Amino acid sequence: MLAPAATESPIVVDRLVKLYKTVKAVDGISFSLESGSCVALLGGNGAGKTTTISTIMGLVEPTEGRVTVLGAAMPRQRHRVLHRMNFESPYVNMPMRLTVRQNMNVFGMLYGCADVAGRIRALADQLDLHEFLDRQTGKLSSGQKTRVALAKSLINEPEILLLDEPTASLDPDTADWVRGRLERYRRERGATVLLASHNMGEVERLCDRVIMLKTGRIEDDDTPARLIARYGRSNLEEVFLDIARGTGEARETTR
Amino acid sequence: MSVQSPAHVAFSPRRVGAMVLRHWYLLSSSWPRVLDLIYWPAVQMLMWGFLQTYISQNSGFFAQAAGTFIGAVMLWDILFRGQLGFSISFLEEMYARNLGNLMMSPLRPAEFVVALMIQSVIRLAIGMVPVSLLAIAFFGFNLWGMGLALAVFFMNLLLTSWAIGILVAGILLRHGLGAENMAWSFMFLLLPVTCVYYPVEVLPSWLQIFAWMLPPTYVFEGMRALLIQQVFRADLMLQAFALNAVLFAGGVAGFLLFLKSARREGTLLQGGD
Repeated sequence: MLAPAATESPIVVDRLVKLYKTVKAVDGISFSLESGSCVALLGGNGAGKTTTISTIMGLVEPTEGRVTVLGAAMPRQRHRVLHRMNFESPYVNMPMRLTVRQNMNVFGMLYGCADVAGRIRALADQLDLHEFLDRQTGKLSSGQKTRVALAKSLINEPEILLLDEPTASLDPDTADWVRGRLERYRRERGATVLLASHNMGEVERLCDRVIMLKTGRIEDDDTPARLIARYGRSNLEEVFLDIARGTGEARETTR
Repeated sequence: MSVQSPAHVAFSPRRVGAMVLRHWYLLSSSWPRVLDLIYWPAVQMLMWGFLQTYISQNSGFFAQAAGTFIGAVMLWDILFRGQLGFSISFLEEMYARNLGNLMMSPLRPAEFVVALMIQSVIRLAIGMVPVSLLAIAFFGFNLWGMGLALAVFFMNLLLTSWAIGILVAGILLRHGLGAENMAWSFMFLLLPVTCVYYPVEVLPSWLQIFAWMLPPTYVFEGMRALLIQQVFRADLMLQAFALNAVLFAGGVAGFLLFLKSARREGTLLQGGD
């Protein structure tokens, strides 16, 4: 049984390299996350975000380097910790013909919830799911589906939450609502959150640290405020563009 | 924390139950899916049943060998539908883009495979029980009358269907929906060689060597021995079980190799073509 010390980093990525045949998707990156922090992984398409997150989830085997989650080496020891993590992505669906309650029931059982019905009730209260709990998941609106996906990602009260564009394709009101729920969950549970997003406003609001990736390497790594200040910009989006296009220069190289 | 401890146990019947429940929810909410399980086996059984009736009225041999065609088609359907039940349940996860959720969950590959095996038996039962009753009503052919022999035939055919289903699931994991056709057509490779409708001695001698490497060949030979000579060939069934053990181990090994390769190539989250 793993019992990491409270001070131990819940996620450690150490000199990670991932090669797909001849393409280097991730090129020797290293970082670790503090317990209870919310960190954004930013970068343009092909920067290596998805590969990095997939490796952390144990879905991809590193070519070189090491990824450790809650003390378990991924993907080899993933089954020791998968019940303590969860993820949400708009690019992965839940079975559309099943009702929301049926889906939650299945995932509650898969994640080993002791009282699945009670957990579904609690999540329905927190995420306002009651009105469509017994409706087929495929017949819900985008916003409702996102709430259900969020409920699935919280079914096991994860210590580590991996989010891949959690508010993609949502209207501003629903997106704001989702961000509020994520903030609340992180605060109440003390969960560690790793977020990949293209929405810079979302990152500024939710994250206390940003890791900027470009062509598989870490270009910069700091708090949103310090990154903005260092690049002499007024918001994170401008910093992102500077780094992605290689047009800007940081005024200092150390934190 | 409401997660049961230890949730990371090596094999969890509850997680298997969750997957069986997931597919039960799906089947019970979709009558076209249920109808599809019965429709084709019923059509096959009726067609071969009428053909056998016609031939037996014009041939002394077939008059004695009553039920060999209809029995063969029903046993073939156990083999084919068993594999299809396994593979389609797996494909349903790909169609639903749910594989990422499952691969990221604590569900272990062995639990997933066992759930798919159970699902294949459920699908088989939904399809074959009504068809076997229809065979009694239309042709007076009672598959259940084979008794213990039927149970042995069934187990052997099911083991073969699972072995192939597991291998095909591995190919799908690695190559995505581009390999979907394998799920539908793989078993037909066995149709001519396993001698479903004719004795092995009909084959050229070089092909007979391959035929005897396949467990279903022993089952179909055993069925003909039972229906024509009223003899239960336990020797054939034991050989079939031994070959099935090898085939099943091969299927599992293939699945694990494809899974490892999918993890290396990063195809577990894609599932597309």
